[in-house]
Amino acid sequence: ITFGDPGKMRDYHYTGPVEHRFSPYSFNGGTVLAVAGEDFAIVASDTRLSEGYSIHSRDSPKCYKLTDTTVVGCSGFHGDCLTLTKIIDARLKMYKHSNNKTMTSGAIAAMLSTILYGRRFFPYYVYNIIGGLDEHGKGAVYSFDPVGSYQRDTYKAGGSASAMLQPLLDNQIGFKNMEGVQHVPLTQEKAVQLVKDVFISAAERDVYTGDALRVCIITKEGISEQTVPLRKD
Amino acid sequence: MALSNVLQTPAAGFNFDNAARNAALEGLFDGRTPTPLKTGTTIAGVVFKDGVVLGADTRATSSEVVADKMCAKIHYIAPNMYCCGAGTAADTEKTTDLLSSNLTIFSLNSGRNPRVIMAVNILQDMLYRYHGQIGASLILGGVDCTGNHLYTVGPYGSVDKMPYLSMGSGHLAALGVLEDGYKPDLELDKAKELVCVAIHTGIMSDLGSGNNIDICVITRQGVDYIRPYQVSEYQDKRKTKYKYGPGTTPVLTEKVVPLKLEVVEEAVQPLDTA
Repeated sequence: ITFGDPGKMRDYHYTGPVEHRFSPYSFNGGTVLAVAGEDFAIVASDTRLSEGYSIHSRDSPKCYKLTDTTVVGCSGFHGDCLTLTKIIDARLKMYKHSNNKTMTSGAIAAMLSTILYGRRFFPYYVYNIIGGLDEHGKGAVYSFDPVGSYQRDTYKAGGSASAMLQPLLDNQIGFKNMEGVQHVPLTQEKAVQLVKDVFISAAERDVYTGDALRVCIITKEGISEQTVPLRKD
Repeated sequence: MALSNVLQTPAAGFNFDNAARNAALEGLFDGRTPTPLKTGTTIAGVVFKDGVVLGADTRATSSEVVADKMCAKIHYIAPNMYCCGAGTAADTEKTTDLLSSNLTIFSLNSGRNPRVIMAVNILQDMLYRYHGQIGASLILGGVDCTGNHLYTVGPYGSVDKMPYLSMGSGHLAALGVLEDGYKPDLELDKAKELVCVAIHTGIMSDLGSGNNIDICVITRQGVDYIRPYQVSEYQDKRKTKYKYGPGTTPVLTEKVVPLKLEVVEEAVQPLDTA
């Protein structure tokens, strides 16, 4: 899926008559990350909202709480992120009223897929990652593309710095490209520290990622949030 | 011995030597022609009582990924002239290098120190001739026998002479600070502080600028190139050490080729390390 030039600074270079078209999309930056553990899930996002080379806000987190056991991280075009989360909230209420129970993480993921595909020919420019606990209390991560293709993962990075984060997570959580290393299961403390370190690295090299990091930790006790400062330059 | 030409006057008109080669190369890149590294920058300069202060950030970006966190954007032109460059990194580097070489030839030939206005004329001439194809936005500052000067040369060959200037993607942020804080005949510390705050504002407000601040002070007495003048307050705060022990990368095959060395000649030169 291509959405045109992601917010590049335009060069003032006259090359002849150019046809200008209104683009309904804009790229507002941001990186999202989700990790699933044995009995916990973590959804983290940076809080910078940008456009082109400017910053709109330094405090715009991309994690949205859906239920007591599910958080969704949305990055891409902020207008579509807001509308999509409003639609998901409405659908959650409708389900609750008809079926007298809260939607499970798996059910929300399946529903989100149909919502996104419903706009197959004018997509929501949003990269979604759902993190939560499944019916058995185990951590679950579901990652999506803008038109609704999804799968369950152990860990996933999305957004502008995803290409930088994903290989690092493959190595540290998936133990890929390594030999002779003990495959220890990921503890909650180690996972949270890894997420913080990995975002510090992303902020060093990606201009769209920075300002602060919002970490949502989902356990059977509920959802706890932490905010950590990142580079502001 | 014949006098070497001071400056090679270029052939008249536009140089299209590379046009055929570029057209041929375009087909090889599958639509993804390599994008030049842009410095997406904040650079600024201020004329003060005793000379000129130049400032720059140190981030070089390659389409929204930081390629260099400690890039040097203040280039040497002559002992009394330095130039800040914004735009395409290769263009600013090579243009200032070429200018510096040509001015050195001139000095050696004529026995005079080059003047800032000469450097500006050479830059303007070259950039106009290439009609903006060389993406270099430069701020040239220097002190010569006629006084303290600060000029800006744009990529199309435009020139401006001002007591304070800023260029690059963060130029508007820096200009706001300069407009507010500039006064004629500033003292050295106030001038350095003003330029530093201007660059810092560009670093915080512009995504293309970041990391540390370099300052260069040029006066009649000499040059003070302070790199870095101010280190970024955001240092590495990672808690865990990510180290890999030996054996993490599997060794598939090993081939040892012993080198047969024959001592032909041995010369020992003691180094004076006192």
